[in-house]
Amino acid sequence: METILNIANLGKTYKSAGRALTVLDNINFSISAGSTNAIVGPSGSGKTTLLGLCAGLDSASTGIVELNGINLGNLSEDKRAQVRNQYVGFIFQNFQLLPTLTALENVMVPLELRGEKNIKARALDLLDKVGLADRGHHYPAQLSGGEQQRVSLARAFSNSPKILFADEPTGNLDAETSEKVVKLIFDLNREAGTTLVLVTHDLELAAKTHRIIKIKGGKLIADDKTGNE
Amino acid sequence: MIKPVMNNAPMDTVNFKRMINFGWLFKMALRDSRRNRGRLLLFISSIVFGIGALVAIYSFRYNIQNDVNEQAASLIGADLTINGNKEPDATMQKLLDGLGDDRSQERSFPSMVYFIRSQSTRLVQVKALQGAFPYYGELETTPIQAGREFKAGKNALVDKTLMLQFNAKVNDSIKVGNETFLIAGVLNKAPGQTGISSGIAPVVYIPMQYLDKTGLITVGSRINYSYYYKFGSKTDVEKLAKKLDPQLDKAGFSYNTVEGKKEGTSRSFADLSNFLSLVGFIALLLGCVGVASAINIYIREKIQSIAIMRCMGVKASEAFLIYLIQITGIGLIGSVAGAILGTSIQHLLPYVLKDFLPITISVSISWMAIGQGILLGLIISILFALLPLISIRNISPLNTLRLSFDDTTTMRDPLRWLVYVLMLLFIASFSYLQLDSWASAAVFTLGIIIAFLILTAIAWLLIRFTRLLVMSSWSYIWRQGFANLYRPNNQTIILTVSIGLSTAFICTLFLIQQLLISQVTLSTGDNQSNMILFDIQTPQKKGVADLTRKEGLPILSQVPMIIMRLEKVNGKTAADAKKDSTLNISQNSYNYEYRVTYRDSLTSSETITSGTWVGKAEPGKDIPVSAEERFARRINAKVGDKLVFNVQGVLMNTYISSIRKVNWNKISTNFQVVFPTGSLEDAPQIHVLLTHVPSNTVSAKYQQAVVKQYPNVSIIDLGLVLSVLDELLGKIGYVIKFMTGFSIITGIIVLISSVRISKYQRIQESVLLRTLGGSRKQIFAITALEYLFLGALSALTGIVIAVGSSWLLAKYSFDMAYSVNFLPVIAIFFIITLLTVVIGLLNSRGILNRSPLEVLRSNA
Repeated sequence: METILNIANLGKTYKSAGRALTVLDNINFSISAGSTNAIVGPSGSGKTTLLGLCAGLDSASTGIVELNGINLGNLSEDKRAQVRNQYVGFIFQNFQLLPTLTALENVMVPLELRGEKNIKARALDLLDKVGLADRGHHYPAQLSGGEQQRVSLARAFSNSPKILFADEPTGNLDAETSEKVVKLIFDLNREAGTTLVLVTHDLELAAKTHRIIKIKGGKLIADDKTGNE
Repeated sequence: MIKPVMNNAPMDTVNFKRMINFGWLFKMALRDSRRNRGRLLLFISSIVFGIGALVAIYSFRYNIQNDVNEQAASLIGADLTINGNKEPDATMQKLLDGLGDDRSQERSFPSMVYFIRSQSTRLVQVKALQGAFPYYGELETTPIQAGREFKAGKNALVDKTLMLQFNAKVNDSIKVGNETFLIAGVLNKAPGQTGISSGIAPVVYIPMQYLDKTGLITVGSRINYSYYYKFGSKTDVEKLAKKLDPQLDKAGFSYNTVEGKKEGTSRSFADLSNFLSLVGFIALLLGCVGVASAINIYIREKIQSIAIMRCMGVKASEAFLIYLIQITGIGLIGSVAGAILGTSIQHLLPYVLKDFLPITISVSISWMAIGQGILLGLIISILFALLPLISIRNISPLNTLRLSFDDTTTMRDPLRWLVYVLMLLFIASFSYLQLDSWASAAVFTLGIIIAFLILTAIAWLLIRFTRLLVMSSWSYIWRQGFANLYRPNNQTIILTVSIGLSTAFICTLFLIQQLLISQVTLSTGDNQSNMILFDIQTPQKKGVADLTRKEGLPILSQVPMIIMRLEKVNGKTAADAKKDSTLNISQNSYNYEYRVTYRDSLTSSETITSGTWVGKAEPGKDIPVSAEERFARRINAKVGDKLVFNVQGVLMNTYISSIRKVNWNKISTNFQVVFPTGSLEDAPQIHVLLTHVPSNTVSAKYQQAVVKQYPNVSIIDLGLVLSVLDELLGKIGYVIKFMTGFSIITGIIVLISSVRISKYQRIQESVLLRTLGGSRKQIFAITALEYLFLGALSALTGIVIAVGSSWLLAKYSFDMAYSVNFLPVIAIFFIITLLTVVIGLLNSRGILNRSPLEVLRSNA
């Protein structure tokens, strides 16, 4: 299978009160296109930092992040932004919808950025898939948490990403809504053939993926296949 | 259907050279502003009032410019006027008689007139006229024909203020000197005359053929000789006037043409409007602080949205442009609103200022002023929003994963320094446009930088000192309130700077206004003289004094006065000074008629600042004189320098033995040059007498008695002058207060935006305190303490800066003694402090009134 994400000797160090603080140290793994993967670990283990580096939201202190064959380390933040626009989708714990845009407009933004045509129909189609066709003109503040996360899902898939990063996608949702959202994530992912990388505390959710990468104290301590196909 | 992912795209398919799509950026800017328009109101209001003030002043300026151009000819009433304050000699007379196709002449001088019916007297400006003047415009009278026909007989035109004052009617009689005239008409307006000038020295026109019979032309009379000419259209009056200039100058005469008057009038209006623009500019500068504060809040609120957009692939430059477009749009709306406000209030300015202006002012929409105002508003909106705007470039998409408290404003960012330079350049250039001098503009800009640095330093020191000051023995509320000043994310520096700068601007304006007004307020206590009699001839000296005593009035002072001209300064004549500008001697110093006195001692209003006072002249030697310090400065002279004076043809060699400081505010006979005894006793002289009249009735009775017996003696009733001055000052004060009002409103808006900044820093904390069981009262007290301390310190620092800057302005710009009226300053201190606390508490009200859970949820 083709590799979509390749991480080699990855390290991240922050300066804090004049001292160097190593958050990630010598992480190595690669992820195949179309696979589903979970990064798990206790709080402060560095999993969100790892997700940020993998998605090109931050630059590494050491090592290589190669996304779809592109070495992100060689790119400026603006160029990484264009890589994200082209290949990456995001789902966040806090939904992170633009509060001043309607649900429909939120879904349209990645497509508008790419200068694509007929985007409204496409965005409406995606909203329909997440069951929110009739809520397109509502602002995020007028939607429930579960609805906001579904809009966020539609937005994440709107640019047909090659890889989808999800940071605790059910962290702010109740059990019932979580279940629905998780089902949607996996269904849409399967349908679009996207690679999924999710960061979570929820081992039950992690167990639904093909592979679980465990991080502790900034180091990769386990990389297991779950047996899901 | 969602499209299936394509096979691995090679790297080169990423379009790194994506073009900026302005259409989309505009769309995003509009979308993003949708639910924030209320918040952007703060930003708009910061500039509306400043732009409003400037557009009003600019419109007024343009309208005046047009009016001056249209009405210039009627301002002087002729193509050419020639003026002098001595009778022309034969050669000069020949020249004057040969000019123009039509000519008129006028003699004007101050004199008392007596209203026979009401038996009242008043000092007026008598104008004896011969010829068809004015050739342009007219003497506007009631009845209309009186202006043209009064010269046919023994008639007079009397200023309308006088007619009202003495309840006089047309066909009443007035006595001017020894001659009685019939009032043929009420003089409503004469060329070049302003409301104020007619209030101080009202005019009475009489025909020139009766001037001699009045008996008012005597030795020492201060007569102004004016000659008015009309030329045919073929004559180039400007060219002719320039050709005549050397001859006129030599004879002590000056000229004026329509063009010259146009320039002069425009220049004096420019001074007035520049002063008003500067006051408006202060409102605008405060607005700039407001813009920076409001956008700072706005961008802080937008960090998360920007981070989300960055995650989705928006480039830093695109994010920056979205908000730049938004700010430009909002700035445009604010500027247009300001321009509308300014165009509306410009209607008030002619009303307020009409008494100062010799022309009829039209009020019309000035598109030029509106254009300038909008452009200025746009420049300010963008320039002062740039600091928070460029920080957008540094907002990391990582903020979507965890809210970073990293400062997005890095001092190492070269763009940041470029923005600082641009801001300073803008302030310096705009001040230059108002002040017309790069030196003054540089001082003004430097002043702002210094104020900024002082405030930053004070805030920095405060942060450090408070940390040391807070004791563990204090109650929790006090500890928490004070600790808020130095804990992470404190707003001490930004609040101190913005509140302090606003206070400094408003307080400086206020202190200068107080100084200007106190400068012209003359004191008239019981023991001070309030009536001055002048033009008393030597033979009349004793009679006038006896009459005064007979009326039961004191003679507070009686001094001789001799008229002379300055001939040479250290051997240099007027011609030398004109040729050699390095001599730094004012040309007017040679043309001026000096009224000097002689005595053996100084008066209580005089102090020697250098040299020695000499009270007696030694025969046959140069005469030691004392020069007033401003006079000495004008002729660039110091102690020991030689001056030659011309006393009616006799040259007197003198030297400056001392330089005096004179308190001109005190009503006494003050002189620029004082001679010692034994020098001028034999020169032709007139006398001045000062007395104090207890009431208007006594004043009227005394004036009648003097005018009846000594018609040539002029009387200034200071009570009357003071009431006119009071009215004038009231109007000036109103204009200044009107303009200052804009600054104050803007200042309050800036205060609101500054305090609002801190709201976002304190929300989380207050909510946590409430969750942990803090009562509303405790949080209220902590917040009040923090703002009380910040407000008080910022206001105090601002006031100290204002005292310093107003002292500098008083010393170097207005050249006047400095004093501070502390009561209103203390009031300003308390008002600003109170406002800071009230606004701070109002901002926290939302948190205090809602349940902690509600706030925590909305901030989640």
